[in-house]
Amino acid sequence: MKYLDEFRDPALAEQLLKQIRQAATRPWVIMDVCGGQTHSLLRYGIESALGDVVELIHGPGCPVCVTPASILDAAHRLALRSDVILASFGDMLRVPGSCESLLDIRARGGHVRIVYSPLDAIEIAKTHPDKQIVFLAVGFETTAPATALAVLQAAALGLENFSLLVSHVCVLPAMESIMLSPHNRVQGFLAAGHACTISGGQPYKTFVDRFSIPVAITGFEPVDLLLGIHNVVQQLESGSAQLSNCYARSVSNSGNQPAQQAIDRVYQLVDQQWRGLGMIAQSGLELREPYRGFDAASRFGLDNVSTESATPTCLSADVLSGRIKPPQCPHFGNTCSPERPLGAPMVSSEGACAAYFRYQSMSSESASGRK
Amino acid sequence: MNSKMQREPVHVSLSCPLAAAPSDQIQLAHGEGGRLMRNLLREHIAPALGLNPQWDDAASCDLGASQLAITTDSFVVSPVFFPGGDIGSLAVYGTVNDLAVSGAQPLWLTLSLILEEGLPLATLEQILISVRQAAAACQVALVAGDTKVVPHGAVDKIFVNTTGVGQVLHPGGLGCARISAGDALLVSGSIAQHGIAVLAARENLQLSPAPISDSAPLHRTCQRLQHALGGQLHAMRDATRGGVSAVMHEWALATGKTMQLIENLIPVTPIIRGACELLGLDPLYVANEGLFVAAVAASAAEQALTTLQQQCGCHDARIIGQVVDRQPAPVIIQRLLGNWQSLDEPAGAPLPRIC
Repeated sequence: MKYLDEFRDPALAEQLLKQIRQAATRPWVIMDVCGGQTHSLLRYGIESALGDVVELIHGPGCPVCVTPASILDAAHRLALRSDVILASFGDMLRVPGSCESLLDIRARGGHVRIVYSPLDAIEIAKTHPDKQIVFLAVGFETTAPATALAVLQAAALGLENFSLLVSHVCVLPAMESIMLSPHNRVQGFLAAGHACTISGGQPYKTFVDRFSIPVAITGFEPVDLLLGIHNVVQQLESGSAQLSNCYARSVSNSGNQPAQQAIDRVYQLVDQQWRGLGMIAQSGLELREPYRGFDAASRFGLDNVSTESATPTCLSADVLSGRIKPPQCPHFGNTCSPERPLGAPMVSSEGACAAYFRYQSMSSESASGRK
Repeated sequence: MNSKMQREPVHVSLSCPLAAAPSDQIQLAHGEGGRLMRNLLREHIAPALGLNPQWDDAASCDLGASQLAITTDSFVVSPVFFPGGDIGSLAVYGTVNDLAVSGAQPLWLTLSLILEEGLPLATLEQILISVRQAAAACQVALVAGDTKVVPHGAVDKIFVNTTGVGQVLHPGGLGCARISAGDALLVSGSIAQHGIAVLAARENLQLSPAPISDSAPLHRTCQRLQHALGGQLHAMRDATRGGVSAVMHEWALATGKTMQLIENLIPVTPIIRGACELLGLDPLYVANEGLFVAAVAASAAEQALTTLQQQCGCHDARIIGQVVDRQPAPVIIQRLLGNWQSLDEPAGAPLPRIC
């Protein structure tokens, strides 16, 4: 399959692993920002293969994990109203709010629909004029253009029964927040390829210059990830700090401008609460004035939808900021498992805790029976 | 206890392979198999009925001179018509296949219909024609039936139950108990086609070309394989809800062995692989409706493969791994780059109503 098989080539991957091991003279600390990258690193065994030369720590790039519980609580309240259908990406359904998940709400009779695109929610609104359709708009730059388009389409159609419960976040402010933390250990970043496809590489140049830290824009296949890691290790070894685009088949310098324009037309930056990380200035999106009417929080009089109410025992803040790895959490695999999650990183398909739980490595002796 | 209650694999996805928090209500995920379904059976359904659940595809009833296999299955697939099949043929093939992998010749079927008020008669007739054609193709007789109508909204269009009765051809010849370390594991074709076809049709994903369900009867293939291999064929299981992963976990649980898979040996067509990549699903967890997994003595593995590919038209059949003595995990998989991992059990479900 083009653009997949060549980036999963075992021989090429082996060669890159060797090059990284040769290049590294000390154990560098590199953060993969995106949850999709975390899952690939663990699925393909890259993290354990490089364990002694590169410490990979996993950043806050899981949209499900960083959505405040209070937003989910608000979604739950809406879904239980008889006049509302709540539409959401499937990933959000299992994530616990303060006490329940959308799956629980649906089992209690709440109106919850899984959609694959916000535009599907527009279709539901058109076919259910007697209901209010609320789309749970979460995610990074990757999903914001689609929710912006849905708003523009709803406005063009004059749909009065469609609105968004917005909790969009932006990647770069979170990376800045990590760099400004007194606990920071990150020496280089693998920037999230999909988010960069929208934003382009340009905004990251400012980040690199400000913090003098190497950043490689990186894809999601094993060879992509190894190219990114190799690039950052080479930069660290040579003392350089530049932006490198290791995902050029998808990311350009200026990014996807129609998508950026859609975001900019519909949304403006706002201070945003991140689950586990707290308030980060100018890191979220809110609807601009012409489109405020599509804001579900004001339409339904929901207050304080973005206040944090962390589970006191869950160490997700430490996991999401890379201070600890999931297995270092005392709850991991004990009181916290996918079936009894204490926090979102154990539930989400992009969550770091779920990745560690799911892709538990077996020792090579496990293969001993293999012919 | 009837056969369906005994087995219940799963459905799951890769994008959300995780179970929901415990709850005192039935959730959709309980119907999708894996851990949650098994727990529901073990902790609630079986104790309430005073039964000890077995995990085979069909119950075996000894009549002295002969042995009957009995199985039952309900079908709630949405949409009722999908590329490659419909709820009518699916209801026949699904039950026939449970008998087939149990080593039985399917003989009789019952058919129960639950119809939603307002269902167009033309739709019902189209489904019934499909039932009739599928039953004729499988040479099974429809011998009893029932029809109920419920108010609009109480079911979605039509739900179908079929119960199948067959004659076990070689009593004692097949079953989890015969699986042993060293056995080769085979699949009879490319995996994940049914689940992706139904999902694409239901969600109007507009994949091009549209994925087509593998829904088909398996009894002839199963019989040819059993005829060719005799006692070297140890067990078969159709990989429906929860896909191949669910079968592997059930066999690991039943045998105390570890099922060892090699990812790059597992056949997946480019269309299905592309769709799974797009949707974040792992084809190992996606449902099939015309595909089975077989455990075969190692010495007969190549013969099994040749029989499937050359005599049964199963060109995509492959050896995908082997049974080994118990490892730290019940199911392990070698990923593309050579690393070994535990393969998690399906446990929760974003893909309800696949069958």
